[in-house]
Amino acid sequence: MRQVEVFRIKSPYRDDMVVHGYTFGKGQEAACIIGSMRGTEIQQTYICSQLVKRLVELEHNGNISANKKILVIPTLNPYALNTSRKFWGVEDEDINRAFPGREMGKTNERIAKRLMDYVKDYTFGIQFASFYVDGEFMPHVRMMDTGYQNTSLANLFGLPFVVVRKPQPIDTTTLNYNWQNDMTAAFSVYSGYNETINEERAGQSVSAVLRFMTRMGILRYDCLSGYISHVINEESLTNVYAGKGGILRRLKDIGKEVKYGEPIAEVIDPFVGEVKETVIAPTDGIIFFQQREPLVNESDVIYRIVRRIHE
Amino acid sequence: MYDTIFSMELPVGEHIKLLRNRISNTEDIKNSSRMSIVTGIHGDEMEGQYICYELTRRIENERDKLKGVVDIYPAVNLLGLDNAIHTIPKERLDMNHIFPGSPDGSMMERVAYALIEDIAGASVCIDVHGSDIFTRESLQVRINEEFAAGLMEYAKLMPANLIWKNPCPSVAASTLVHSMNCIGVPAFTVECGVGNTINTKYGDRIVDGIFNVMKYFGIWEGEAVHHDDTPVCDDSSIDFMRADKAGLFINSMNKFGRVKKGQCIGKIIDVNKNEVVQEIIAPNDGILFTVREFPMVYEGALLARILVQEVEK
Repeated sequence: MRQVEVFRIKSPYRDDMVVHGYTFGKGQEAACIIGSMRGTEIQQTYICSQLVKRLVELEHNGNISANKKILVIPTLNPYALNTSRKFWGVEDEDINRAFPGREMGKTNERIAKRLMDYVKDYTFGIQFASFYVDGEFMPHVRMMDTGYQNTSLANLFGLPFVVVRKPQPIDTTTLNYNWQNDMTAAFSVYSGYNETINEERAGQSVSAVLRFMTRMGILRYDCLSGYISHVINEESLTNVYAGKGGILRRLKDIGKEVKYGEPIAEVIDPFVGEVKETVIAPTDGIIFFQQREPLVNESDVIYRIVRRIHE
Repeated sequence: MYDTIFSMELPVGEHIKLLRNRISNTEDIKNSSRMSIVTGIHGDEMEGQYICYELTRRIENERDKLKGVVDIYPAVNLLGLDNAIHTIPKERLDMNHIFPGSPDGSMMERVAYALIEDIAGASVCIDVHGSDIFTRESLQVRINEEFAAGLMEYAKLMPANLIWKNPCPSVAASTLVHSMNCIGVPAFTVECGVGNTINTKYGDRIVDGIFNVMKYFGIWEGEAVHHDDTPVCDDSSIDFMRADKAGLFINSMNKFGRVKKGQCIGKIIDVNKNEVVQEIIAPNDGILFTVREFPMVYEGALLARILVQEVEK
């Protein structure tokens, strides 16, 4: 393992924000893995740290393929992690809304540009990303429908789901979108957690990335085959909304199968404790996403369901 | 008359509402010219609040001159305003990045969608912004290059210091004005001042411009307010001056206006080392129209914008 400095940002008062990468193997730039960009992405940082730990062992045992180089950058935003802020710096800018970045742009655009310049030659790009709503996902690989996406490759991670998202204007400034436009095969891996560490899911994510790199000939590593992923378009998911505001009581957990018409959640009156609404499953299927916050607004998405599949 | 055009229940004994103040002397809304004034998409931009008050006051003073419909939406990001937060407080999303919204999206996507639906069919829409807390802006109209040709005659009715054709965030795709232009409602952004404050001089000038636009569309029968021709520019005619070093920005300019090549705009100091780490020097003759307000800067922070060349009059 070699520690490299990807870039450095100076602060008026704090230590320099040094973004480190860790490289394994030599030669062709094969896979780049990126952890957190937001201060709330603690699970993502943790996954990368565990990946680095495993890669140290694998490199020591000679399991990195010849002429293959791997780069892991656990975090692009240590400042935000250290202050429990979501975004970067005093201007509170989202790094993952600044790609492809500009050399002479705002600070977050410069960070994005420096990262893109540093990693542009890697064949595969993997990011541990987060969703803007605080909730829990089934582990999946997410890709933007840019026309360059390859769901067959995403299958090789062996996670339960591959999700293809039709990009909205707001998505065009993300790393994943711009990586793909730059002809890097880009994948976002969602372990399902952000601000809390879930060891089981973290381990699953590390294994998924090692499995992918093995299947792409970057590593020599014996591992289980994982899942044959179920590929879904994000727009085919059925959203289940709260019809009233209040305290959410979930009756079903993520990954569980639900039946059409079955009660799956309740919204409780915060003053008198009565059930204001019983939320009913609008379809058969499996819960892919669940809201984690205890308070819900009217119209908040409580669950997202993959329709008509069974456990 | 204030109407609630959209409402949703928050978790604990409150509703979020999208309010519209409709001022009109006619019942025949459908066949009348209609102007929509939108403010409060960013919760730290207060300029629009004064403009809502002043516009309504001046219309009511001469109500008989009103021949069309004026719809004022004073507080689109209601919770952002109440918390003086630029973004939507819970999700920390920029509300001007979620248009045109969605009828079955998150709560604020539904608010965005309801706003678009309510404005649809209007003769013109003006989205009033202040600046954020980091930079002070002179009065400017911003229009998206994609729609610039069709918007220029309306933009020139505003007594602004410049008209800026650009794809900057406040006029790019996923903003209110872009969405309105896409469905055939001419829409542009007005920007001025600094976050969390009200500059009534700018506010009064914006209201003057709004009356000019109303008169153009036959909504107002009063006199137009004359003003000098406004310079028009695009990104290629602006010097963007950014921090090369981290530190504290000390502003040397106490007002907007003409600057000479070589003039000092300000400096960045390192308090720990007690030294100047960067002097900010105007690279060309021009007109200063943006200057840093918040002192602490990192590399890349915007310090000033200078208009160096007009694209057209």
